[in-house]
Amino acid sequence: MWPPLSLPGCRRLAVLDALLGSGDGAESGDEKAYRHTSTEEEDFHLQLSPEQVNAVLRAGESTYKILDLDSKVPRSVLQFESNQLAANSPVEDRRGVASCLQTSGLMFGIFDGHGGHACAQAVSERLFYYVAVSLMSHQTLEQMEGAMENMKPLLPILQWLKHPGDSIYKDVTSVHLDHLRVYWQELLDLHMEMGLSIEEALMYSFQRLDSDISLEVQAPLEDEVTKNLSLQVAFSGATACMAHISGVHLHVANAGDCRAILGVQEDNGMWSCLPLTRDHNAWNEAELSRLKREHPESENRTIIMDDRLLGVLMPCRAFGDVQLKWSKELQRNVLERGFDTEALNIYQFTPSHYYTPPYLTAKPEVTYHRLRPQDKFLVLASDGLWDMLGNEDVVRLVVGYLSEAGRHKPDLTPRPTNLGLMQSLLLQRKASGLHAADQNAATHLIRHAIGSNEYGEMEPERLAAMLTLPEDLARMYRDDITVTVVYFNSQSIDASYKVD
Amino acid sequence: MFYRFLSIIQRQRTSPRWQTWCLSRSSVSAAEAHSVTLPAQAQVVICGGGIMGTSVAYHLSRMGWKDIILLEQGRLAAGSTRFCAGILSTARHLTIEQKMADYSNKLYQQLEQETGIQTGYIRTGSVFLAQTQDRLISLKRINSRLNVIGIPSEIISPKKVAELHPFLNVHNLVGAMHVPEDAVVSSADVALALASAASQNGVQIYDRTSVLHVMVKKGQVTGVETDKGQIECQYFVNCAGQWAYELGLSNEEPVSIPLHACEHFYLLTRPLETPLQNNTPTIVDPDGRIYIRNWQGGILSGGFEKNPKPIFTEGKNQLEIQNLQEDWDHFEPLLSSLLRRMPELETLEIMKLVNCPETFTPDMRCIMGESPVIRGYFVLAGMNSAGLSFGGGAGKYLAEWIVHGYPSENVWELDLKRFGALQSSRTFLRHRVMEVMPLIYDLKVPRWDFQTGRQLRTSPLYDRLDAQGARWMEKHGFERPKYFVPPDKDLLALEQSKTFYKPDWFDIVESEVKCCKEAVCVIDMSSFTKFEITSIGDQALEVLQFLFSNDLDVPVGHIVHTGMLNEAGGYENDCSIARLSKRSFFMISPTDQQVHCWAWLRKHMPEDSSLVLEDVTWKYTGESLRAADTALNLIGPRAVDVLSELSYAPMTPDHFPTLFCKEMSVGYANGIRVMSMTHTGEPGFMLYIPIEYALHVYNEVMNVGQKYGIRNAGYYALRSLRIEKFFAFWGQDLNTLTTPMECGRESRVKLEKGMDFMGHDALLQQKQNGVYKRFTMFILEDHDTDLDLWPWWGEPIYRNGQYVGQTTSSAYSYTLERHVCLGFVHNFSKDTGEEQVVTADFVNRGEYEIDIAGCRFQAKAKLYPVTSLFTHKRRKDDVELSDLHGK
Repeated sequence: MWPPLSLPGCRRLAVLDALLGSGDGAESGDEKAYRHTSTEEEDFHLQLSPEQVNAVLRAGESTYKILDLDSKVPRSVLQFESNQLAANSPVEDRRGVASCLQTSGLMFGIFDGHGGHACAQAVSERLFYYVAVSLMSHQTLEQMEGAMENMKPLLPILQWLKHPGDSIYKDVTSVHLDHLRVYWQELLDLHMEMGLSIEEALMYSFQRLDSDISLEVQAPLEDEVTKNLSLQVAFSGATACMAHISGVHLHVANAGDCRAILGVQEDNGMWSCLPLTRDHNAWNEAELSRLKREHPESENRTIIMDDRLLGVLMPCRAFGDVQLKWSKELQRNVLERGFDTEALNIYQFTPSHYYTPPYLTAKPEVTYHRLRPQDKFLVLASDGLWDMLGNEDVVRLVVGYLSEAGRHKPDLTPRPTNLGLMQSLLLQRKASGLHAADQNAATHLIRHAIGSNEYGEMEPERLAAMLTLPEDLARMYRDDITVTVVYFNSQSIDASYKVD
Repeated sequence: MFYRFLSIIQRQRTSPRWQTWCLSRSSVSAAEAHSVTLPAQAQVVICGGGIMGTSVAYHLSRMGWKDIILLEQGRLAAGSTRFCAGILSTARHLTIEQKMADYSNKLYQQLEQETGIQTGYIRTGSVFLAQTQDRLISLKRINSRLNVIGIPSEIISPKKVAELHPFLNVHNLVGAMHVPEDAVVSSADVALALASAASQNGVQIYDRTSVLHVMVKKGQVTGVETDKGQIECQYFVNCAGQWAYELGLSNEEPVSIPLHACEHFYLLTRPLETPLQNNTPTIVDPDGRIYIRNWQGGILSGGFEKNPKPIFTEGKNQLEIQNLQEDWDHFEPLLSSLLRRMPELETLEIMKLVNCPETFTPDMRCIMGESPVIRGYFVLAGMNSAGLSFGGGAGKYLAEWIVHGYPSENVWELDLKRFGALQSSRTFLRHRVMEVMPLIYDLKVPRWDFQTGRQLRTSPLYDRLDAQGARWMEKHGFERPKYFVPPDKDLLALEQSKTFYKPDWFDIVESEVKCCKEAVCVIDMSSFTKFEITSIGDQALEVLQFLFSNDLDVPVGHIVHTGMLNEAGGYENDCSIARLSKRSFFMISPTDQQVHCWAWLRKHMPEDSSLVLEDVTWKYTGESLRAADTALNLIGPRAVDVLSELSYAPMTPDHFPTLFCKEMSVGYANGIRVMSMTHTGEPGFMLYIPIEYALHVYNEVMNVGQKYGIRNAGYYALRSLRIEKFFAFWGQDLNTLTTPMECGRESRVKLEKGMDFMGHDALLQQKQNGVYKRFTMFILEDHDTDLDLWPWWGEPIYRNGQYVGQTTSSAYSYTLERHVCLGFVHNFSKDTGEEQVVTADFVNRGEYEIDIAGCRFQAKAKLYPVTSLFTHKRRKDDVELSDLHGK
């Protein structure tokens, strides 16, 4: 996404076709075993077996059943399945799932970084804490503050069900905690008994975290590592889409071009799609008029150029990216404090027509949806998926996956009693091919996103070719793809309606 | 701090006990009420109450250490130890592993008597089946090695197999190995017995106590923070099994312990109608990927499938633990394999499919030893599903290590320091263990390379060499070329060749070796470990003189081969050191020494000195610093012509004698460090090139070299060259228990250099009293290269029909047209088996045979290299060679 790199669809296909080679490829003597780093196109020999394809696709899989630990409140979420396929090296997408321990609620997030992964990593690790703190009651916040003052252990805030992964921010987390604490102190000053509403909490948390990111790098920091990390975070960017689910209340907050949709099954059995977010990019009229409203009329022609914000950025809301938020003076002042921008890999530039910053905001659009028994699943994904598949395609694929997975016949329960019977049953199951299919809806979606041709048909050769792309080429054909599919428990949702 | 909070929160959340606490937060929970106070201090704190932790505690207490605390987060022996299949098998691929298993076997056998706790020990023996000839070769190799260390075993026919087990289908077998003294035992009871014995010896054991992190001050363990308070201690032992990785990272200064868990399944059945006898041998069918043992009249059968399921990638996760469930579809291939092997079991009733995660390491060897970054931090974990077999022996070695500073056997192959921080990425570990777990039952052939986790560290020439047909091997994460496939060869066949016989790259390496002998070859040796040691005053020389046995006070520009020895005179490292200036030295050692050598130097350098130690192996350096990351080895008689043409400097021996180091220009690049040595005994030069010049210098060398017949060569050629010249290599031939005196390197020891050095006294004693083993070169006489099995390493050596030692490495010498094996000759007393002095005369006056998979080949023993190999004219100051000829 940044630096801008995307080929028009037709050209993509042409190059891919050349890669796939229809028989007129290189002489056998020049053929090479599959490897990852080569930059020469002739070097490919596509040798990924179906097993290898599966192994690559499944490497980032995770599946979790939400356990009914607290039996008083029936969970509306049954299970979630998630997966990620990298195109950038290292991958710039992040995902996280956590439950709030002081309030009820599950949070799912997708974070799509650009200009490096630093911002996405920081947001994915920190945002949920801001949301959780925003939702806490006055009393809980007081306990937190009391614990901090007396150097006692804090109340646990989150339980990560899917942590964003290797943290590079261990050294600076004490600073992060200080800032989180400042935030809750301000919340305490508001003297609200019950804490913020979920909508407000999401709205404030996004903006607060973004402003903390921006302030952290402006503040004088002693430590070199901390300084450099904060700079990398602020000068890279990330879009974010997160859902907060508590009982039947589903809130989705979105800033940028990740997307969340609901899969809905009507009483007549027909499936449909309910989008919960709007992409914040140049194709969104509301965004265009917002931008025009926020800036002088003289800039109407220059705010969006080549379908990008100021001609450089695809999404028009994002965390970080202070290049599009700060005044030129501020940027100069901060960078002049002796950062080695080259070593830190910071993309430094001033876009043309940069007159009235900020141009970019992390303010999310928050939507609320009251879950109904017909809402079966929620799909959250980065734009890497939506570039390849439409909303309806995604619902169709998840439904297809579900019916496939549901066809688990012959069943293993009741379990056969002896070894011979068990073996023949297992062989039957194997023969019916059920086992070979994907066991994770997110994997299923990624497989189809990169393996389907323009008619939506699965082409194994195409899939293998896409996965064989060397690191330096992969990003030209596909983006990082991150998908989380959340399944709802229609029974408990139904039950909660009956109680009402 | 914040991170600490988070990790505590995560840890508490995930331990089952915390849930109780969480649910009944307002009231006082049961666990809290019964909490005991921990002692404030102890000498040793062991974390982990499985078989490893209890074994370390047992052995430490037996060695007289009493002030020991063992902490277990749950209950004793309740982790992997509890679910272990309980098979004790001594048939291992490494001798050190065989010895550990043998010791464990003997220990467990008498444990019941010692402690009064029933361990369920039954000597059943085990039978390893071979479905193919290659498998049988592999078993025969193990068999030879078991026999020489005194573990009875024999190769038996399929017919004999059928007599040993009632249900076995033997139709597709070609043979088997029977190890009659192997046993089955309840591992949980063994752990409890060890714990009880330890506690009688004074060890204090606390269960339901979690270690949060280890406290460190100035690189030394000072204590342990637990959920029940702090304990001050000097030594900490991490035996946390699958959680060892996380525990290692929880310190402020993280300890990287590369391991990762995979789900592991086995089946339990109800008893047969006529219950199986409880001494029915355990069957291992590696080609069928399964093991089968008798279990309460029925069977227990599991295996190592081709498509393992890694687990806990993101650390300990309560959800994953609770979700661990039977996966019958996943188990189907193993079940089918079981019913093929024992068709009669079809009607046997299922009791349970157990899912118990096992821990695996990147190289299928366990992890033990002291952390290179924190003194007093010991690790014993990563058992690759052989925890029960290794438990006793590994615990003993680790206890010795803690008490004496070193174990009684060479355990380098298992030392934590063989890994660097680069092996600790979770992605790397997840991918690698998926390859390692099936490998447990895969056929292990010579020279196999891992396929996953590759291309991690590469030289700047990687793409250039790759395009020219390089085939790669990996060492310490570094890619090194094995050989270069000429354009007309079929590559795929080569890549897949798995054989115990002559490999298909034979001709390719032959032409590379020939080119080294007659013209000139270039080998990319960037992976070698390179350190620079500099000081403002004379400390550098003083420290090095103390750490190294040779005299380093040589004129600037000279290179010295020398060992870095321990107090006992054993090699901690074998290196070449160039004196760059009066106060700065450049040190080159083997690739896998990077962590070990760094730790050793740091440990023995004075703390507050002005010494600067720098790892320049692959450091990017600016203008002010020397960069020496790319190393090219120009081998061959014409190397001198290539270099002199490129540098316009005379390179003749008068101007550039052997073992000399100079900075000069090569092509456009200035400041290239050139050394007249090649690590092979052939004439030539090593070029140490700053990274940005690497491609330029390589291209220039190849262009100019064309008229001298230059070509690329790989490590296989280098290996053949060094072995035929009797060059020992640290890590393969040399280890911490071998001294220079034992391998004919007296000349590299300067006992009279005017100052004391590490190992001086031990060496002096050896010089006076003689040595107990002698490094010897063997040239195979009646071995047919095309038809006979090739030697590898670890083959038993027989002198006059008596076992005297094992080989450590071998290679085909294209010059001698014979196989050359290197190894140590001992002199075991015929009556007592005691080791006696080995004299040159003893070595020379024997008739030797080398046992390759049960087949003995005559060999000629030599204590000095074959002189005719040194074709180039010897010079007066040719130290490298005169050194080899010894005195």
